Amino acid sequence: MDETSIIISGFGGQGTLFAGQVLAYASMDNGLEVTWIPSYGPEMRGGTAHCTVIVSEEAIGSPLVRNPDVVLALNLPSVDKYETLVKEGGVLVANSSLFDREITRQSIKSLLIPVNKIAEEIGLARLGNMIMVGAMLALKPILPLEKVKEALGNHIPERHKKTLPMNFEAMDKGYRFAKDHL
Amino acid sequence: MAKELLKGNHAFAEAAVRAGVEAFYGYPITPSTEFLEYMSARLPALGRVFVQAESEVAAINMVYGAACTGKRVMTASSSPGLSLMMEGISYIAGTEVPAVVVNVMRGGPGLGNIAPSQGDYYQMIKGGGHGDYFPIVLAPASVQEAIDYIGLAFDLADKYRAIVHIVVDGNMGQMMEPAELPPMREIPEKVPDWAVSGAKGREPNILTSIYIDPVDEEVTNLRLLKRWKEIEKNEVIFKEYAVEDAEYLVIGFGTAGRVASSAVREAREAGIKAGLLRPITLAPFPSQRLEELADQVKRILVVEMNSGMMLDDVIRIVKGKVPVEFYGRMGGVTPLPDEIYAEIRRVSENTGPGAEDPRDEWIPRLEKFISGEK
Repeated sequence: MDETSIIISGFGGQGTLFAGQVLAYASMDNGLEVTWIPSYGPEMRGGTAHCTVIVSEEAIGSPLVRNPDVVLALNLPSVDKYETLVKEGGVLVANSSLFDREITRQSIKSLLIPVNKIAEEIGLARLGNMIMVGAMLALKPILPLEKVKEALGNHIPERHKKTLPMNFEAMDKGYRFAKDHL
Repeated sequence: MAKELLKGNHAFAEAAVRAGVEAFYGYPITPSTEFLEYMSARLPALGRVFVQAESEVAAINMVYGAACTGKRVMTASSSPGLSLMMEGISYIAGTEVPAVVVNVMRGGPGLGNIAPSQGDYYQMIKGGGHGDYFPIVLAPASVQEAIDYIGLAFDLADKYRAIVHIVVDGNMGQMMEPAELPPMREIPEKVPDWAVSGAKGREPNILTSIYIDPVDEEVTNLRLLKRWKEIEKNEVIFKEYAVEDAEYLVIGFGTAGRVASSAVREAREAGIKAGLLRPITLAPFPSQRLEELADQVKRILVVEMNSGMMLDDVIRIVKGKVPVEFYGRMGGVTPLPDEIYAEIRRVSENTGPGAEDPRDEWIPRLEKFISGEK
């Protein structure tokens, strides 16, 4: 596996940083090298929060990239920012619950997925991040879905353990949606 | 012990705990605050000392006082905080007591911002405080290196009764990486002979940085200088990547060095014979190794997150043997691998003599890049 760079971006509170950590834990647990780095500056106070995750079989140099292989965009500002920045042939997964436009760039693999709607169907509005992770794993299988679920089970904070079945369902639904729509 | 996913600031702090730090005094400032926050819970739980002081000035003077008792003590702060601490740091150096000071550097000068920077190179490496003294400065570039070198920092501080600075930037403080923590070290019961630990049954020790007679001060300066010469001889650490047959040498430390390693790898894949020298000890600088490499390579590119500070050290050591070029980002901007790759490619195609001051050629390139980026 080559190095894979992933940016997860959205409003504060959408769980973008945690989604990145889940991928980081899963990578570490499965013997891969990984870096996770959040936006921590005043940009967070502007309402967006993003993190960069790099996964590789070899030692990782830069923890930051300009043109990521994968972008998970949970809101419109993130789609606007990253649609042009995704690497040629890369993957853009965008939360179509929060905007109404097409992804025009043809040289990337893009998926519109209404994660808010799916999350509401499951019964917990905050699951958008895990639906995104599930969808991503269908399009860019850096690890098997089951391994990522296992990592979430092992590292989810104690106080959130009761939501684990719903988190698993979210990942499954995201994964399935991506498989069905490409 | 298995690897854990650790956040930089937390990992540095826990590594310091395991290296036997007995007291931490500090004042919160982004992007180093998690360091202090972690210590505020961890040290009292172990029966050790944590004080959030009323200011950085107070914090460093608490470090100074506690260091005189021969215990392992430290503080962590970020650029403006370090400026406030400089007087105390000079007193610690002048009194010849060991202490470890971490600087998670941010954009400046002035209040600047909280983004990652290496703009404190001169302040941290060249002394910063007043008077003749020589801090040891370590620049780790990963969470694991930070863990490993924080233990070494305490050992060096004790060995040479010196100030040891660890400089990282906001990226390193905030980043998470898998890393392995060392086992908890035992805290030695015996304090060093020089410490002020209660003089019952022995002559009192006097620790001070006051030498009213200039000749006494000069003797002290000389002792510090000779000690520094020993440090220069014994304690140089650096990492290299692909330098064996390199024709173009990239030099960078900390995050800039790490980002450069990605660019060097890409250059190698494109058939450019690039290599990387990444100093871990910025002081003492790996001068001897750089001299050797200057005899081997055709051209050198220095990459920093400042306006070219280590650059001056490189120019001094290379002595014009080969052209030295520079690429820096300032103000809290982290260069990305594609920028450095483009620079390596440009350097590999440049056969010109190079400018007397490499910044003169870099400034227009940077201006062009910034205007295209915005």
